[in-house]
Amino acid sequence: MWLLLKGGRIVDPASGLDETGDLLIVDGKIAGAGKDTDGAGETLDVSGMVVVPGLIDMHVHLREPGFEHKETIATGSRAAAAGGFTAIAPMPNTKPAIDNRAMVEFILSTAVKDSDIRILPVGAMTKGMDGKEMAEIGEMVAAGATAVSDDAFPIANSDLMRRIMEYCRMFDLPILTHCEDKVLAADGVMNEGVVSTLLGLRGMPCAAEEIMVARNITLAAMARSRLHVQHVSCAGSVEVVRQAKRRGINVTCETCPQYFSLTDEAVYGYNTNAKMNPPLRTAADVEAIKQGLAEGVIDAIATDHAPHAPEDKEVEYNAAAFGTVGLETALPLVITNLVDTGVLSLSDAIAKMTINPASILKVEGGSLKEGAWADVTVIDPLADFTVKASELKSKSKNTAFDGMALKGAVVATIYNGSIVHGGETLRESKARATAGVK
Amino acid sequence: MVTDGAIVMDADEIRRAITRIAHEIIERNKGPENLAIIGIQKRGVPIAQRLGQLIEQIEGVSVPVGSLNIALYRDDFATRQAPVGKTEIPFNVKDKRVVLVDEVLFTGRTIRSALDAIMDMGRPAYIQLAVLIDRGHRELPVRADYVGRNLPTARKESVEVHLREIDGEDAVVISKSGD
Amino acid sequence: MPLHRKDLLGLQEVEPDEIRLILDTALSMKEVLARPIRKVPTLRGKSIVTLFYEPSTRTRTSFELAAKIMSADISSISPGGSSIVKGESVKDTVATLQAMGADMFVVRHQASGAPHFIASQVPAAVINAGDGMHEHPSQGLLDMLTILERKGRLDGLKVAIVGDITHSRVARSDMWGLTKMGATVRFVGPSTLLPAEVEKLPVEVYTDLEEGIADCDVINVLRIQLERQERGLFPSIREYSSLFGISRERLRAAKPDVVVMHPGPMNRGIEITAEVADSENAVVTTQVTNGVAVRMALCYLFLGGAANVAAA
Repeated sequence: MWLLLKGGRIVDPASGLDETGDLLIVDGKIAGAGKDTDGAGETLDVSGMVVVPGLIDMHVHLREPGFEHKETIATGSRAAAAGGFTAIAPMPNTKPAIDNRAMVEFILSTAVKDSDIRILPVGAMTKGMDGKEMAEIGEMVAAGATAVSDDAFPIANSDLMRRIMEYCRMFDLPILTHCEDKVLAADGVMNEGVVSTLLGLRGMPCAAEEIMVARNITLAAMARSRLHVQHVSCAGSVEVVRQAKRRGINVTCETCPQYFSLTDEAVYGYNTNAKMNPPLRTAADVEAIKQGLAEGVIDAIATDHAPHAPEDKEVEYNAAAFGTVGLETALPLVITNLVDTGVLSLSDAIAKMTINPASILKVEGGSLKEGAWADVTVIDPLADFTVKASELKSKSKNTAFDGMALKGAVVATIYNGSIVHGGETLRESKARATAGVK
Repeated sequence: MVTDGAIVMDADEIRRAITRIAHEIIERNKGPENLAIIGIQKRGVPIAQRLGQLIEQIEGVSVPVGSLNIALYRDDFATRQAPVGKTEIPFNVKDKRVVLVDEVLFTGRTIRSALDAIMDMGRPAYIQLAVLIDRGHRELPVRADYVGRNLPTARKESVEVHLREIDGEDAVVISKSGD
Repeated sequence: MPLHRKDLLGLQEVEPDEIRLILDTALSMKEVLARPIRKVPTLRGKSIVTLFYEPSTRTRTSFELAAKIMSADISSISPGGSSIVKGESVKDTVATLQAMGADMFVVRHQASGAPHFIASQVPAAVINAGDGMHEHPSQGLLDMLTILERKGRLDGLKVAIVGDITHSRVARSDMWGLTKMGATVRFVGPSTLLPAEVEKLPVEVYTDLEEGIADCDVINVLRIQLERQERGLFPSIREYSSLFGISRERLRAAKPDVVVMHPGPMNRGIEITAEVADSENAVVTTQVTNGVAVRMALCYLFLGGAANVAAA
């Protein structure tokens, strides 16, 4: 079996490649030039398109097990494929939490059965994610956990956090942390500032994030462990990470499209789809996030895809669940708000969604080198893309971006050499072109 | 105020009509005792005030004049809300001989509202009705006791009374397309 | 001059001409309140539901009286007396009440924005009777009516709002309403009870009481709640009172004819001395009367529904 993507602009940040050409896939692997294309196969004309490694989202919530009415591994994987992702890392805050070997095995076996793409399970740091007792991290690693995380339940106890970091050093395991001082955030429901004042909503100050980023960096430096800061949302956190990197501390971080695309003003009208944690910040924070991305202080772009059912969002603002879905809007937001505005080159932007998360998580993928897994995403960077919540593949439609007119669309997603999303449209458009129909 | 319609009463005719009504009120009520005049906002009020002054000139007795806003008593609340003006009736209506004044009598609904409004303030001895124009097309069994002029109109026509206190001139104008 | 909206959720979005209309209408309503028989038939057949998720005897009674004087049918729903305690969602509760034919909802809720959510769910008019720390527009309007009656104008006046600004929906509604009508508003209180980025609001900010009320025409004294002390926002009621309590001596900093308002219920001896509360300067009971007039005006103006909203 072979698949030839013909005439596209091939952008592979891992190898520094950015040129127009053909990409050949044979038997699920990237094949070198001049390889045999005898036997069954297909050629797709991707001229005018951009061909990149399959995108990797190191931060999603798939809600299975426990909240299958919001999302499942099956529906989440299809939403991911529609968004150009070929690998996603679901967080452990399911019910029960992914805090032991059997749960990791459940995720992986369900993925084999239900998922269209690669699932990289993330284990909990503590049993039941209660922040009290270390989970069986070694067992989870043995079962195939990619990383551990305290997402949604940051560990307040600094001593426990230190021990977990030291323990994870044994496995050289990535530690993904949601940085929030819950006491300082004090039941806040949005960013603390003039907008929260006008809306009369409790605010979460940026300091609640920055303090925890600083604490975790300090602990990781002491424990000599890996540390990855999740969803950086404010200027102060970017600065804390910048200083840590200058001091040579082994820390990486991600942000999400919402934190460079929206501000807390999106909450006006008590818009529950704009309620998320960390909260949307101010225009100054958005600028600092962009600056951090441009400088390379922020290594990765993840989505924090957080599906919620209508009954979780169609309520008074205080009672609404935190989070926005993001898998299907990430790439257009990156192209529109980062690439088209000149914050990042296309190659640098793609790096933050491919090879960078792959190397942070120490997983294969994220490159188009010969012999690599044939996980490939085809993008039309000029296509108009208007976000329509009702048309999302995700089981939940709680997008903070509904109605936004963006540039850039995922045309096809290829996983392990097979087209898992968009093949039909590519073939149809080719057929139309052949028939001379515009 | 300029309207593209025909003037059917000019200032002199209005003055004569109101003067006649003042005489009729005194005659019918056998003098000004216990009389009170209540104008319906907004153009019934200046007419009521003129009637009050005329009666005072003729009889040498001051007659109390009130101003009535009927917004809270209208029967078309569901479709339009008239601005609520301030009702000012500086006397007790109980046992008064009330002359209610409006500029145009049309369907009778305004008068019905005004009667309810007055009754809510007390029990007058009786209520009479004075209008400058009666244009017909009644929808309720209402009849005026004093009429400046009976003016046959088509339903679609509009009748506007201009008064110098509000509009800067005295005139009654009829125009074709009332809306 | 009609209204521009279906609901009254806050004074932030209300235009000055709408505020004028509401205040003018409320002044006319005061004539009805002065009659021996306080009843007009205006709202016969209209159904108003008060939906109070947070207890409030004063505001609820004021709305109920206003509705009854205008002959509307009024039903009162509150936790403990309805399915709210059974955990029914707000969405389902209002859908049920709407299906029963409610023409207007008067909503009090501890969550800011809850009336907005309800307004998005029902075609009936929604009046915010106080939501969390957001707004209390009918209180803002009655405060304006009271000042207007006493001072003859709002434009050019200096109004100090003293106390717990952070948690006060009254402070926010007063700020919007008064500044739209041309008054200058000052927020005066301890720095822990001034909200985040208060300097970005259209007000002057003071943490010294005497500077804050200097040369003021009006002082609105807010109620201080003991739970704020428990949350560590000030050390003691005693210290609060010594720094921010309004007494006869302190009042000398303001204009001699300063009007002293309080949204009630008052903590006499804490944020205001009994001497000031009972003085000629205080207008607390007038505020209560004006509350009924303002709420009559709101019922009248907002019950017209779509017919009353100016064409876009």
